[in-house]
Amino acid sequence: MSPSGAEVLRQIKSRIDEVDPAVVREQSSNGALIVDVREPEEWGTGHIPGAKHVPKSYLESRIEGAAPDRSQHIVLYCQSGNRSAWAARTLIEDLGYEHVESMTGGFTLWKDRGYDVETPRTLTAEQRDRYSRHLLLPEVGPEGQQKLLDAKVLLLGAGGLGSPAGLYLAAAGVGTLGIVDDDTVDLSNLQRQVIHNSTRVGVPKVDSAEETITELNPDVTVNKYQVRLGPENIMDILPGYDIVVDGLDNFPTRYLLNDASVRLQIPVVSAAILGFEGQLSVFKPYDGPCYRCLFPTPPPAELAPSCGANGVLGVLPGTMGLLQATEVIKLILGQGDPAIGRLLLYDALAATINEVKIRRDPECPICSRHPEAISDEEMGVFPDYDAFCAGAH
Amino acid sequence: MATIRIPPVLRPAVGGEKELSAEGSSVGEILRSVADEHPDTQTQLFAADGGLNRYVNVYLNDEDVRVLDGLETAVGESDTLVILPAMAGGAV
Repeated sequence: MSPSGAEVLRQIKSRIDEVDPAVVREQSSNGALIVDVREPEEWGTGHIPGAKHVPKSYLESRIEGAAPDRSQHIVLYCQSGNRSAWAARTLIEDLGYEHVESMTGGFTLWKDRGYDVETPRTLTAEQRDRYSRHLLLPEVGPEGQQKLLDAKVLLLGAGGLGSPAGLYLAAAGVGTLGIVDDDTVDLSNLQRQVIHNSTRVGVPKVDSAEETITELNPDVTVNKYQVRLGPENIMDILPGYDIVVDGLDNFPTRYLLNDASVRLQIPVVSAAILGFEGQLSVFKPYDGPCYRCLFPTPPPAELAPSCGANGVLGVLPGTMGLLQATEVIKLILGQGDPAIGRLLLYDALAATINEVKIRRDPECPICSRHPEAISDEEMGVFPDYDAFCAGAH
Repeated sequence: MATIRIPPVLRPAVGGEKELSAEGSSVGEILRSVADEHPDTQTQLFAADGGLNRYVNVYLNDEDVRVLDGLETAVGESDTLVILPAMAGGAV
């Protein structure tokens, strides 16, 4: 007659090494790999800090991902110490791991002793459904989605670029979106500013954008700043944001933003459009060049057209705003090659994207210096500033 | 002849062309021949001292000529020069 399950377990426990939670606590700080073999629902209610999660049902196929080196010291635990004993036997006898132990009493005893517990943040059932297409991507997955939900992104303007960027960042579940815009919705905006609609003409853009975003995704918190970004408020607004999405239409504010973002070390995903052409780059302070490395001085006012007075193909800011949103999401997830040190040049009529290299200027008046050395007085200032501004207005 | 890409803001000064071809074996020679043919580009490209205006970047293929040999940078027949003035244009 075959032995009972309890008898087999007793035999296994006599063959493998078991350790007390007190010892495991020391071992984890000495480099042992702690592996939780419980089911995902159990892991979700709390686990040993720093432990890796490999459910027992996937042990054979996934343990190598967590512990590629078979001589690695591994401590397994489950809820009470039985499943981890079975799992230890598998690792030792079937997979050839050399130094495996099972924690006695499991997570229950660990908790009873009052040791530290880490409770992972999990997505709600609704979030798992809403973001299911993200969760299926290995480059995003639950961890990446959590990063998106934790991210704080500031949109400078809810206009041509900010509208599509804001919509898609909200849809993607970027948890906090700040919007700086002092303007109200005008009928002529609606040809491209798709976050607004015909019933909201005359409504402040920050309110209109908030309404659309909240209807699209209630996970998103919208911070509204119904002001024009300037030296008097930039250092109150920017701190706390992870990334800034810039579509500024004038040079003085563009330089001001650059200097403040370098000082605060916040990456800026920048785009500009004119006619049928757009430019895009990511300015990540100290990792790549800043805007002043690219353009140390602005052109004279007569050569610096803004889009307000010029025509723009409505879809073009859509394309460029979505390229910005894509770069933002890549930065949040830490995936891919962001457009740092590169300027992308999109030509809608030719249907081409070219790029040129942007080098960090070792003598850049701003980013060659320590961030704390940048003073309030010099932020946003450039040679011939007074003459430029006199010409511009 | 090398190809020169003209940015939107300079196009009115070259009769609306997006690309030009110009003779010359260096960046300086080519840009001067553009300015000779289209005099309205002169003050936009060149500063009073004959150097490039600091608000205009010029790339040989994808590299800023300032990190090469500036206006002396040699240009081959099949090279492309990209002229890129600073642009700030969100869509208001």
